[in-house]
Amino acid sequence: MRLQISTQLAIFAVLELAAREGQQLSVADIGEKYGVSSHHLAKVMHVMGRAGLVRSVRGAGGGYQLAGNARRTTLLDVVQLFEDPNSVEADGGTADATAEGQALRRVLSEIDDISRATLGSITIATMRKLVDRTDKSSRANTASKRG
Amino acid sequence: MSRIRKEADLATAAKTREAKAEAHVRVRRARTADMAKVIALDARITELPKPDYWTDVFRRYGKQRLNERFFLVAESRADKSNTQLLGFIIGEVRAWEFGSTPCGWVFALSVDPNARLHGTGRALLDAISVEFKKAGVNKMRTMVARDTLLQMLFFRSEGMMAGPYIQLEKDLE
Repeated sequence: MRLQISTQLAIFAVLELAAREGQQLSVADIGEKYGVSSHHLAKVMHVMGRAGLVRSVRGAGGGYQLAGNARRTTLLDVVQLFEDPNSVEADGGTADATAEGQALRRVLSEIDDISRATLGSITIATMRKLVDRTDKSSRANTASKRG
Repeated sequence: MSRIRKEADLATAAKTREAKAEAHVRVRRARTADMAKVIALDARITELPKPDYWTDVFRRYGKQRLNERFFLVAESRADKSNTQLLGFIIGEVRAWEFGSTPCGWVFALSVDPNARLHGTGRALLDAISVEFKKAGVNKMRTMVARDTLLQMLFFRSEGMMAGPYIQLEKDLE
């Protein structure tokens, strides 16, 4: 499964905000870490703001805060703002009515179900734990290579 | 107070409540005297009483090959005079099925609905993880229906990821 750039940025932004609950981050801060333009990220944040996942804080030092609950918001909530997670679809027109088309649809539907179940069961809080574990493990690997 | 602030405060309060409650959970091996409570808890959750099944499970997992089979219960230790069964977990070390090296396999986990979101499930999973490690395995597996969101969210939050095996099935004609 390949996610669009906007979807990936949205996930990264939510993860950054979840790591700093109660604080705010500017699009420039987030954009710098992931090497993306503030302009592109601002569009992404706007979509998430409309959906109630983040909120903007105006004024000096303004930026964005996480608005939702990181333990209840799942990756699926973020992904489906930007794309259809059921994107693996047969588009055979009349072929869909054939036994072959229906058999193919069953296989693609299995892929969709697994994708949805995966994205829908991983919350932002769970992703944060995964990020922390991955970071810890890569630091340990680096240290062992140096040693 | 804004909805956003309220939700964040609720999340913080839930975390504090969970940490406090976790300290009041004691996990130990199941005993014969626990079985009536285990059977009642399962019947309440599944709405399908099956005393014979649980008696058999206890005979096999609570009394035999205890170095590799674990039937653990969680109880509240807030009130020692009236300990309450909060949940249970059952697992065993399985080896060589479908070429798998030995791993800890969790096949039952049940928590009293009134004790959920208070760290009971985590305490049970942590306790059985310790037992698996003592038994010499370093991988724990389980199987969850992908539409049971509560269980999926729980196991994911405990760091479990999809493993290298996929469950297959077919209708028997």
